[in-house]
Amino acid sequence: MTSALGKDLVGLEYLTADQIRLILDTAEPFKEVSERPIKKVPALRGKTIVNLFFEASTRTRISFEFAEKRLSADTVNVAASGSSVSKGETLVDTAKNLEAMRIDMVVIRHGASGAARFLGERIRSNVINAGDGKHEHPTQGLLDMLTIRDKLGTIDGVKVCLVGDILHSRVARSNLWGLSKLGAQVAVCGPRTLLPRGIEDLGVTVFARIEEAIEWADVLNVLRLQLERMERGFIPSLREYYRVFGVTVERLAKVQRPLVIMHPGPMNRGVEIDSRVADGPHSMILDQVTNGVAVRMAVLYLLAGGRPELADAAKGAGGE
Amino acid sequence: MTRPILLRNGRVIDPSRGLDQTADVLLADGKIAAVGPGLGAPDGAEIRDVRGLVVAPGLVDVHVHLREPGNEDEETVASGARAAAAGGFTAVCAMPNTDPVTDNQAAVGFIVRQSVRAGLARVYPIGAVSVGQKGERLAEFGEMVGAGAVAVSDDGKPVASGHLMRTALEYARTFNIPVADHCEEPTLAAGGAMHEGLVATRLGLKGIPAAAEEIMVARDILLAEHTGGHVHLCHMSTRGSVELIRRAKERGIRVTAEVTPHHLTLTDAACEQYDTHAKMNPPLREPADVTALGRGLREGVIDCIASDHAPHAYDEKEAAFDEAPFGIVGLETAFGVAYTALVQGGVLTLPQLLARMSAVPAEVFHLPGGTLALGAVADVCVFDVTAPWVVRSADFQSKSRNTPFAGRELVGQAAVTLVAGRVVHERQPSSRPPQPH
Repeated sequence: MTSALGKDLVGLEYLTADQIRLILDTAEPFKEVSERPIKKVPALRGKTIVNLFFEASTRTRISFEFAEKRLSADTVNVAASGSSVSKGETLVDTAKNLEAMRIDMVVIRHGASGAARFLGERIRSNVINAGDGKHEHPTQGLLDMLTIRDKLGTIDGVKVCLVGDILHSRVARSNLWGLSKLGAQVAVCGPRTLLPRGIEDLGVTVFARIEEAIEWADVLNVLRLQLERMERGFIPSLREYYRVFGVTVERLAKVQRPLVIMHPGPMNRGVEIDSRVADGPHSMILDQVTNGVAVRMAVLYLLAGGRPELADAAKGAGGE
Repeated sequence: MTRPILLRNGRVIDPSRGLDQTADVLLADGKIAAVGPGLGAPDGAEIRDVRGLVVAPGLVDVHVHLREPGNEDEETVASGARAAAAGGFTAVCAMPNTDPVTDNQAAVGFIVRQSVRAGLARVYPIGAVSVGQKGERLAEFGEMVGAGAVAVSDDGKPVASGHLMRTALEYARTFNIPVADHCEEPTLAAGGAMHEGLVATRLGLKGIPAAAEEIMVARDILLAEHTGGHVHLCHMSTRGSVELIRRAKERGIRVTAEVTPHHLTLTDAACEQYDTHAKMNPPLREPADVTALGRGLREGVIDCIASDHAPHAYDEKEAAFDEAPFGIVGLETAFGVAYTALVQGGVLTLPQLLARMSAVPAEVFHLPGGTLALGAVADVCVFDVTAPWVVRSADFQSKSRNTPFAGRELVGQAAVTLVAGRVVHERQPSSRPPQPH
């Protein structure tokens, strides 16, 4: 079955602007489901979904699980530790065994870039990438975009700067593709050691200093600084990182207009972001989390072959 | 013992002597017995009419991995020698990164015996530079040379220690063998899976920068100059390396270099879709590197083409890109890929290509062959350089199938390969291309 999105959701690089808009539009009616006393619609009743997480995850895994359950799918969670994966089974064997149990979809998080595509090419089930190595995390990109659209009414023409460790960030890549396709201007800012080679060639502005980025941007999407990077010598210390690149109240106060502040989590308070900013009036960090469930419901619904124009009806049919 | 063979009316190309004419070649007693037009056939000779085909010295590959001992499911000396013969190679040099490592005379002798037993293309062992390829203590070059080693290398692993490289180059002078180095600065390359550039950025894969190779090329050149030793630089992949070698040769330093068919034809774009058959080390680079390598080969800055034939079991490559091993098989596609890209592409003439794949590598590693001179070993290949053929990895003589060229239509194929005057490969009718309409 070919859905409006194709068989799999591997990354935003491979979607058209129309497909991305379709997901965001489809997410709108699903937002309301989570606000109901009985948070359930029958759209995916009878579908079996496996959440295959080879890397630790709290937010993304739970968000997917809620999305699946609120669409009435049957779900199974498989974590790498304590499964056959820890006994040396290969990714493709794990997947084929799951498929032999007749499942419909796999949500996969894996440490290797390309793992979701690899899986999608080898099994018939729909595959949704929940983060593959340093490649993409498309549903995070989508929920970030939905949050920007909610707050600013549009994505077209909005100036979004991704701040921090771009080199190792799959969130950065998904943001970059998705936002540029919908007409946003995208910039990155971080220490040169954490910016990938050739990033300028992707049509991205590079800011060496956070002050310049704040001066320019409408939205800052502050990425998590993975603490192990410091040990590998990419930055000298967390203290210095905060001092040079931290998004602080003082730095934001230098510009007159308010900036939208986002963070994909989990945050390192006092490293990449000042707590007063994270908890401040312009922070959309928890809205992002809320939108994550709606966006994932939309993706699941569309990949399962759900017709976008019926999304409203699909949710209406269930619930109470 | 073997019947003499008379190859009649071929286009005879002997790059070692600048010969390119229609002539006959007579092979007898394992030697080149005569070359010239209208040769008479001695009694009992087998006469083969090779009109329309090219008769040239058998190809020589100074860089292959044959996996025996240790990974005989992927390749053995015999299957590798069969693949070599199928590709037009009459001699190959086997790298020592076997399991256990070929780092002593007994291990070297084993490869020699397996080669003799197979009786196909000649397999010359390369001994390890360091014991266990650990990069610490020198292996016993003298004993290994005595047992048949033709060079030393820790290929697969770079010689990280400058001191070890220096002593290897100095010590190897006693035996007049090259020290072949896989140039890679390990801390820059660590964890890398492909060329560091835009494609790696998009795919989210850790890159190996060009500088990781060039730093070691520069170091090796300086150490060769300092010691007077002969350094042979394996599988060059960057335009910067070509320039470093060019300047070193201008200064008369004893440096030679090789390049693979894939680095001469493919770029990092082949890694798109996370194709693990495009994962090799050094990685495929950028179009400007491909151009510079071809030019370097034409100008003699790069001495020869070597395949870096690296067999892997199919399920090892059936993995996420980061988790798949480096390397591709190359013996059976090397000539076709090189002919199609370089000769048809106007970079080299056919005699130049044959020189870079036979005479020159034989000279660099001091091997017999690579020539049709009278009295030389009768290691000869008859090539078809007109009929297109399609690479079908299922038809490979190699035990492994890991090639990025599957499905490619190529021109240039070994029709008959002879080692010591004996036919060791003959193109099968099934692999003949369909007749042109």
